[in-house]
Amino acid sequence: MPQAQPAPRVNPTSLTFQDLLFRLQAFWAERGCVIQQPYDVEVGAGTMCPETFLRVLGPKPHRVGYAQPSRRPADGRYGENPNRLFKHTQFQLVLKPPPANVQELYLESLEAMGIGLKHHDLKFEEDNWEWPAGGAWGVGWQVMLDGLEITQFTYFQQCGGLDLDPISAELTYGMERIAQFLQDVDSIYDIVWARDPQTGAAVTYGDVRLAEELQFSVYNFEMADVPRLWEHFNSYEAEAQVLLEKAGKLLNDEDAAQKEKRRFPLLPTYELALKCSNLFNILDARGAISVTERVGVIGRIRALAVGAAKAWAEQQTE
Amino acid sequence: MSDFLLEIGLEEVPARMIAGAEAELGRRVSDLLQRERLLAVDTKVGAKVTTYSTPRRLAVLAEGVLAKQADTEEQLTGPSWKVAFKDGAPTPAAQAFAKKAGVAVGDLKKVETPKGEYAGAAAKRAGRTANEILAAELPKEVLSIYWAKNMYWQSPAGHKSSGGDPVRSGKPERFVRPVRWVVALLDRSVVPLSVAGIAAGSASRGHRVLWGEKPVAIPAACAYKEALRGAFVVVDVAERRQIIRKALDATTRTVPGARWREDEPLVETVTHLTEWPTVILGNFDLEYLALPEEVLVTVMRDHQKYFAVENAEGKLAPHFLAVLNTEVDAQGAAIIRHGNERVLRARFKDARFFWDVDQKTPLVARVESLQHVTFQKELGSYYWKTEENLRVARNLASLVKAKGTSFDEVALVKAVELAKTDLTAELVKEFTELQGIIGGLYARAQGLGEHVALAIYEQYTPASTEDEIPASVEGQLLGIADRIQTIVAMFGIGNAPTGSKDPFALRRAANAIVKILAESQLPLTLGDVIDASADATDHVPSHPGGKDKSAARMGHPASPKRAQVEEFLRERLHFYLKDVRGFAYDVVNAVLAAGADDVRDAIARAQSLTTARGSEDFVAVSAAFKRIKNILRQAEEKGFVHGNWVNVKGPEAKNLRSAILSLADEVARRREQRKYAEALALIATLRPTVDAFFDKVMVLDPDEEIRGANLALIAGVFSNFSTIADFSEMVAG
Repeated sequence: MPQAQPAPRVNPTSLTFQDLLFRLQAFWAERGCVIQQPYDVEVGAGTMCPETFLRVLGPKPHRVGYAQPSRRPADGRYGENPNRLFKHTQFQLVLKPPPANVQELYLESLEAMGIGLKHHDLKFEEDNWEWPAGGAWGVGWQVMLDGLEITQFTYFQQCGGLDLDPISAELTYGMERIAQFLQDVDSIYDIVWARDPQTGAAVTYGDVRLAEELQFSVYNFEMADVPRLWEHFNSYEAEAQVLLEKAGKLLNDEDAAQKEKRRFPLLPTYELALKCSNLFNILDARGAISVTERVGVIGRIRALAVGAAKAWAEQQTE
Repeated sequence: MSDFLLEIGLEEVPARMIAGAEAELGRRVSDLLQRERLLAVDTKVGAKVTTYSTPRRLAVLAEGVLAKQADTEEQLTGPSWKVAFKDGAPTPAAQAFAKKAGVAVGDLKKVETPKGEYAGAAAKRAGRTANEILAAELPKEVLSIYWAKNMYWQSPAGHKSSGGDPVRSGKPERFVRPVRWVVALLDRSVVPLSVAGIAAGSASRGHRVLWGEKPVAIPAACAYKEALRGAFVVVDVAERRQIIRKALDATTRTVPGARWREDEPLVETVTHLTEWPTVILGNFDLEYLALPEEVLVTVMRDHQKYFAVENAEGKLAPHFLAVLNTEVDAQGAAIIRHGNERVLRARFKDARFFWDVDQKTPLVARVESLQHVTFQKELGSYYWKTEENLRVARNLASLVKAKGTSFDEVALVKAVELAKTDLTAELVKEFTELQGIIGGLYARAQGLGEHVALAIYEQYTPASTEDEIPASVEGQLLGIADRIQTIVAMFGIGNAPTGSKDPFALRRAANAIVKILAESQLPLTLGDVIDASADATDHVPSHPGGKDKSAARMGHPASPKRAQVEEFLRERLHFYLKDVRGFAYDVVNAVLAAGADDVRDAIARAQSLTTARGSEDFVAVSAAFKRIKNILRQAEEKGFVHGNWVNVKGPEAKNLRSAILSLADEVARRREQRKYAEALALIATLRPTVDAFFDKVMVLDPDEEIRGANLALIAGVFSNFSTIADFSEMVAG
């Protein structure tokens, strides 16, 4: 018979959700990272933000961290499932090139969040990562803490279909999971997001985000207007294509001034590709993309994302 | 004599790749030492190569390594003596030769050769030291280790050397994971080598958490294992495996009557995921035992790497065992147990949610939605696949029925219709490895009958050559129909496996067909199976987007496509007999040369042949058959024609002729009755007659008529007695 275990107090002075983010940001800032704000366009993962996707290209060293809300419309559960979200928070860190002690630094960052490794079981288990629409892949691990996957650790090998030089290490912390773990709560919605230092009153994850989970689930699954989403998709795509075409001509033009090449708006071009990617995800959640269409639409997004990445890499060499 | 230690320190290597790489490293080091004459093979002590590994290291310890290669002497021959010495004085030619050989001119010796007298020298080659050789050769060996997936971690182009050294100016090394430290010791001194840019030293690293970041000093090569044990790392894989098994036993004993479910692959995985393993017992709520055991076990084993626990009756108990990579006190254990229990609870909750959702749409209502699940983009959806499977299964069913095997045909058709519908179930999307099994469980829960449920449940077995075949005839037929349809359709669009590439796992599918035919009672041959699928492939996909539909047609039985599939299945039968059943390769070749269509018959013949091959008479008869085959080939090359065997001359030839006449029918009858041992014993009685024939008779007699008669005679031996196996394929000894 299962015995009633005395619930161990993992962490008597549990940090709030926002404390964890503050600690992680401070930890990496102290180690020379630029702390960015979340990217203000919908993305499915922190990797897709230009701070990662474009900056891992080319030779320039780069160290950045940011908390990125990541949207997966099909994962929405109307706020009813205690472990699944339409939008979760990734703390995304890129170290280019990775220092030789990157794993040790990572472990220190866990300690900084109050995870006393002496009292836990930690494993690095093989898990390779791939984003076909971005022509990107890498090898690495899922980091397991007491049986819970808390981080995806990846050595990028290719991005935008280009071999990377130098290699970048990417750490993606699943913040809700880490908070659930540290605060010892069974539901994401019970995570304490913030606590009033005067009164001690807690604001929970549910207080902050439940309405968003519910309403976006309704929109993504029931009410998103399919023809209009396609219109948006086509129109963003068309604009991106025009820009990519111009970029191609300009960057290949040996007579064009360097200044002209440098000011060409490739970052906005990539943003248009991200818009298409998010629209695809909503259409997919809505059940509006048939199997036969699927591969084709992913190919269209890939053309934009990879096109922008390649042009960007070229622009950086100018 | 010395001990040599090499340890490659790595970031965590994927568990599935470690064992192979460890063995390969041991082999490479052993071969290198042998090749370079650094192993003390001729001493009493001898040499021993032991390998170790953990997720963070691969290591090899070689005992009995010589400090230096033995010096060697090589006899060189130079210019002729006359050219080398004029009037007893050395010429420039002699001096040049002596210099090249590394000896003094005075040490040149006169050597006699068939061509005359020449100047000779005994050139000494000083042996290189182990240090030198290992430093120069070992890094290459390490970096040549095969990994299923490699990576860069340094700058791919960053190695450009300014010195223009062509070897180092290319890309940096790739390896399974970054190399972070290297230990290379000959006894107590560091061997000056470097691997992937990391110079070897004598400092290793210990357990990440229990030991921490400080280095672990390895005082001497032979002290490696114990030094690391002190740093909370058990480097010996077998020892770790044993620790885990014992800890699983001991922890399970805390629950009266309980046993942990034996799971060899999982033991391997956790052995390669830990450096300092311990085990904890966790619990889950009784209410989850209402979920099917398959789902619970899959969640525990595949997703969480937990061992399942069963009670005294063999039923799943509400506990699990987690193998940790650390050692903690009671409080720590409580924390870790609590964390693992929460994760498992969340996963079980999800599984129950999906189960409940799935029941709202029964399998029979899911058939249409298979239109939206792609089987293969050039072929069609799973809806198309289901229609094709139905056609093949119906063909198989009527064959089997005609041959008198009884089974539930209605259930078979229903099972085939519904076999793929669980692909649309939420639970299968969550646990893809449970496809088929979930379908079977749903069929049972939805009251579709036990025959239907079981056939769906078992459709993907056997998943490997060690796996069991489906227990029911319906399940066997569904499994064969599904797989042969896939194979033939994939061959049709040019997706046949090539070399090591088999992206659609068609070999595995064919292995399963062979295994089912071998281990069931189905009255089907490989040819029957192909026939059943053949007309199905003429029905090309109706799904839009399929291109070049005609390519999928198998058409006429004599078409090259059919021959290709036949050859493919025959290869798999060969594999099955040799690698799964363990028959000798010559037995397999001999048996298949005499027919490869009826799988169970081929097995029976192989068994009899394996038993018979030991007898002396049989060895002699096999040799005679080889001889017959050679003579017949020679005769054909020379254009000799076969005559009439009534014209043979001499008692030996006549005796052989009577022996054939008296034995042929006997053998044929026993072959018919599948009494192969008896048939082979009869054939073995030919020995004295055949031996006497070859002793006395020159088969290729100059006389055309006698020669023709002789040829007809030995061809008669061959054709009458090669119906069980082609004995000429047998290898003596």
